[in-house]
Amino acid sequence: MIFEMLREAWRAMAANRLRTFLTMLGMIIGVGAVVLMLAIGQGAQFVVQQTIATMGSNLFIVQAGWTRVSGARGAAASAPTLTLGDVQAIARLSTVAAAAPLASANSQLVYGSMNWNAQVAGTTPEYFAVRSWHTVAGTVFTDADVRSAARVAVIGQTAAGALFGTENPVGKTMRIRNSPFLVIGVLESKGQSLDGRDQDDSVIIPVTTAQRQLFGNRFPDSVRFALVQGVSEEVMSQAEREMTALLRQRHRLQEGMENDFSIRNLSAIADVQAQTARVMSLMLGAIASISLLVGGIGIMNIMLVSVTERTREIGIRVAIGARRRDILMQFLLEAVIVSILGCLIGAALGVGAALGVNWIAGTAVVVTAASIVLAFSVAALIGVFFGWYPARKAAFLRPIDALRYQ
Amino acid sequence: MPRPLIEVASLYKQYETAAGPYPVLKDVSLSIDAGEFVAVMGPSGSGKSTFMNILGCLDLPTRGRYLLDGEDAAALDTDQLAHLRNRSIGFVFQGFNLLPRATLLDNVALPLLYAGVRARQRKSRALELLEQLGLGAYASRMPNAISGGQQQRVAIARALANRPGLLLADEPTGNLDTRTSREIMELFASLNAGAGITILLVTHEMDIARFARRHVHFLDGRIERDERSGVRAEVAA
Repeated sequence: MIFEMLREAWRAMAANRLRTFLTMLGMIIGVGAVVLMLAIGQGAQFVVQQTIATMGSNLFIVQAGWTRVSGARGAAASAPTLTLGDVQAIARLSTVAAAAPLASANSQLVYGSMNWNAQVAGTTPEYFAVRSWHTVAGTVFTDADVRSAARVAVIGQTAAGALFGTENPVGKTMRIRNSPFLVIGVLESKGQSLDGRDQDDSVIIPVTTAQRQLFGNRFPDSVRFALVQGVSEEVMSQAEREMTALLRQRHRLQEGMENDFSIRNLSAIADVQAQTARVMSLMLGAIASISLLVGGIGIMNIMLVSVTERTREIGIRVAIGARRRDILMQFLLEAVIVSILGCLIGAALGVGAALGVNWIAGTAVVVTAASIVLAFSVAALIGVFFGWYPARKAAFLRPIDALRYQ
Repeated sequence: MPRPLIEVASLYKQYETAAGPYPVLKDVSLSIDAGEFVAVMGPSGSGKSTFMNILGCLDLPTRGRYLLDGEDAAALDTDQLAHLRNRSIGFVFQGFNLLPRATLLDNVALPLLYAGVRARQRKSRALELLEQLGLGAYASRMPNAISGGQQQRVAIARALANRPGLLLADEPTGNLDTRTSREIMELFASLNAGAGITILLVTHEMDIARFARRHVHFLDGRIERDERSGVRAEVAA
């Protein structure tokens, strides 16, 4: 029975190809738009999530204070208020898993005839743990290297590629600001950071080496930033309070005095970004769904016309013994077939368009099976929902009226 | 004495119009035995079409009783009526009413489909019927590829698909020429005589009515005359 009904539906659709196609077009555009928009939205979400994943979890960034020159506030972290001693004290807090100082500046790198400008960051071995950043070749430096201010460097993928090409950088000596450094490790790729910077375009060296030999700081013991990892997500606010209290105490700040440092919760910032991406994804999907709805209304419209046109046929069928549910099923099936076919074509076009966007604009797109399944089931539902009224109208036609219809 | 196949008692039917209720059938009572060949005659608007629609369970009377093979049509719901039409009644229309987009085979098999017969049996039964009526060669053609007379034969084949006891034919020769009309009527006569199928036939034309053995004349919603005759034998001779 179902096979005959499918055949019947196919016949009815084939009898009026242009109309069937135009009806389907509504669904094609609707589903295509949903698939494309979800792909773009989820692509954006994916990028943010990946960035967060590479950043490390439960992170704070502690920043040194501001200088004041005759009342005008200088740039953040321009005052030498954060010391290596502060960072070590923070690391000893029970709510803190690890803390790494960070002193960085863009520097010229030279190897053989190649030269390159990258961010050079001085830190301690904890940095690699906090960022969960591992080497793909060689090793990272040790506390002993930090103590002895050794001229060793761990290099990121981008900088390594620019400077060494296909050569293995490990064991080579490059010059940073004209000082020779031994490359002891190459880091795995991290991609972009939340602010869009290439994290792989960097060189990591011991903080002591950076401060004393490279950047020529007037206060060799001070750093501008420290990266701090909380023990767990739950203690983040407690860790922030403890760090604040600790630093205020160490800096001998009186009650009522302003903090000469700032603490930012990076994970919270990342969460906000992830949330934003989710909302965008949802919004794109919602807007595209409207076209799906319009497509559904198109189906209803055409099905109503079709029922009117085929009134006589319905009358014949009823006269020779079709029950109401037979007629109902027949028209419902037709609506569902139109919407599902439209959905298949639309999904294919949507995926194609997503890949096209990716290819032309370089926007990240993620086509998930879930989004296609979603579009597919919504299309089937729309077929049933918008096909129901016309099909019911057909099923409840009075046989004599239907037979008399010319 | 055979029990009546159709029993109609004090049938009233009125349509609601803007100008108030308009009576179409007024107190119609009639009994038809199984195996009869009845011509229902009368001028336009005499109520004969409404009467046929009620007999075919396509319409319900306002008042009165209609028993088909002892079953009260008023007591059945729409699905049961559909079942009754499917199994017990064959319809033949003036305009043939074949499905234009289906092959002749599919058209004939349609009542079998709604009866829940399996595909293989549907096909063999439909083919058997088409061959019986001399149209076996056209099984996979579309209705518009054959002549009017042939289309009416296909419609008759479809009406016979579930072996109903009753054929209702509403001016079956109205769209056909004299020669073809005669062929169709001879087919009805042989179905009546051979298979014992009860036939009710609406017609204006005396030529056509002559094939029936009983003539029921309608006038203004009532049965005016009900005559039995042996005319059929005369025609066959």
